[in-house]
Amino acid sequence: MSGARRPGRSPKYRSRYRWRENLQGYLFAGPWLTGFFLFLLGPMAFSVVLCMFKWNGITAFQGNATFVGLEHFRTITGEDRYFGVALYNTAYYAAISVPLGICTSLFLANLLNAKLRGIAFYRTVFYLPNVVAGVATIMIWRWLFNPQFGGFNIVLDKTGLVAAGRFVIDAVPGLRAFVTRNQISWPPLWFSDEFWAKPALIIMSLWSAGGGMLIYLAGLQNIPKHLYEVAEIDGAGRVRQFINITLPMLTPTIFFNLIMSIIGSFQVFAQSFLMTGGGPNNATLFYVLYLYRKAFEHFEMGYASALAWILFALIMGLTLVVIRSSTLWVYYEGEKQ
Amino acid sequence: MASTTPLWQRRSVRDRAWKGFTVAVLSILAVVFVAPFYWSLVASLSNLDGVYASPPRLWPEKLRLDNYTRAVTILPFHLFIFNSFYVCVLCVVGQVFSASLVAYAFARLRWFGRDVWFVILLGTMMLPAQVTMIPHYQIFRYLGWIDTLRPLIVPSYLGGGAFFIFLMRQFFKTIPVELEEAARLDGCSNLRIFWDIMLPLSTPAVATISVLSFIGNWQNFMGPLIYLSSFEKYTVSIGLHMFQSIYGSFPHYMLAASNIALIPVLVLFFIAQKYFVQGIVLTGMKG
Repeated sequence: MSGARRPGRSPKYRSRYRWRENLQGYLFAGPWLTGFFLFLLGPMAFSVVLCMFKWNGITAFQGNATFVGLEHFRTITGEDRYFGVALYNTAYYAAISVPLGICTSLFLANLLNAKLRGIAFYRTVFYLPNVVAGVATIMIWRWLFNPQFGGFNIVLDKTGLVAAGRFVIDAVPGLRAFVTRNQISWPPLWFSDEFWAKPALIIMSLWSAGGGMLIYLAGLQNIPKHLYEVAEIDGAGRVRQFINITLPMLTPTIFFNLIMSIIGSFQVFAQSFLMTGGGPNNATLFYVLYLYRKAFEHFEMGYASALAWILFALIMGLTLVVIRSSTLWVYYEGEKQ
Repeated sequence: MASTTPLWQRRSVRDRAWKGFTVAVLSILAVVFVAPFYWSLVASLSNLDGVYASPPRLWPEKLRLDNYTRAVTILPFHLFIFNSFYVCVLCVVGQVFSASLVAYAFARLRWFGRDVWFVILLGTMMLPAQVTMIPHYQIFRYLGWIDTLRPLIVPSYLGGGAFFIFLMRQFFKTIPVELEEAARLDGCSNLRIFWDIMLPLSTPAVATISVLSFIGNWQNFMGPLIYLSSFEKYTVSIGLHMFQSIYGSFPHYMLAASNIALIPVLVLFFIAQKYFVQGIVLTGMKG
């Protein structure tokens, strides 16, 4: 850095210095570059090859794999019934859990941005589920959603929500018939009911809204205070301030979170693998669970690779749509790097 | 002035009401967020009747701590915990060092193609792990590493993941360049600057990614599920899965085992909490 600015050095010295700087840069970045080629680019290339072959992944590739061209893709988009089911389930999960999660985190972050005593305590409490999210908490939730003994339905019952739900079902015209026709349970049987299995997982995902909350909190603290002061002088209330200052100023953070949540929600796996095994009647057969089964239970490595690339294309497509749309709704103040 | 405005329009009153409202909402939400933990704690300390009691008990009738000893002895849980610790510690070391080293290159060094590589780095975050999962399995099978802990550890030493590199780079960017320039004039090498100046000044960021790395590896489920087959090599997450499939009808043991699996993560989080939150808030998510 400083070397380039040193006066009175010969061009030869400078070029040698340049060379050394380049070398050092590549050496420092070396671990990642190695990993990039060895564990990313190489595997990607192999995966491209693999999705055009039929191979069980156990016997040697040479001699056992048969070339099928694009047949896997034709099968997936044509005959494979489970692909459609898995895609629908995943899209359903993503379409509801992502916006709901963003709203929840945003709401929590705004509450926590207040200057109050003990605010650190609340911050910890809300972030905690995010820390422990994993197999252990999935086990806890499995029992919480137990229709008979789980805490969830007991709370629904005690707070009168079960009764309220019954009332709504009877009061709204046609709802009773709809519920009976689709055999929707009330109070919910959660993981034993096709209708409620996905909502249960979405509720569970909201529990870890604390991760997004922390990022929004960071974003909130970067909003210049004077904006609010000016708004207050102009007589804007809290709601106005939120809509006209907080929300626009947070759009870059929301944008970042939106992309990350979309990517994450399309890869939901452990919940359904551990809690439902994809059931009931494939209602929680998510995309990655299906992919996992194809690869490591049915040993159709080529087919699974094709599924993986379709997943990549879907995520990529969605991300690009979000990025494209960002010019419409993301507000970048002045010049931010 | 104050006497002419109605009470409810006065700023101090409205501010206080708002604060009270916020605290009330926060408290209710806090209870909702903590309830699952509490319920699992109570259930894990009850007998089977206690778990199935309706209405659920707010407190176990008799504290049955032996649920915990039973839970960890039915299966060799100490092995799972040891394996998890082994993997996590090695991964944290690998990820923190390689990520910060690479981040230093992106934040401070000038090298040909750096900005292009940075874009590629960010782009890799978009690639779902499933695309490379099957080839990875084949690589590790070729190396004879299936059913060892190595596939879970070794990749950590190669960059530690795009997200951590990004986080560290953002943090390094906030450190004033003057500090290094002074050191450089004294003839300090890049490695020395990295080690003696950048890393010590980045404690919040290092703590943040250490905690995130530990938690991520502790919770990792897909990796152990694919690579490990003999149970003396199981990590906690996969051990719990086995526990569930064998003793699923004993929820009090199941929940006791789950709670034990949470302890290391919770302890770590509470220790590093101060740095951790600060680290995320400071690095922010500014591109």
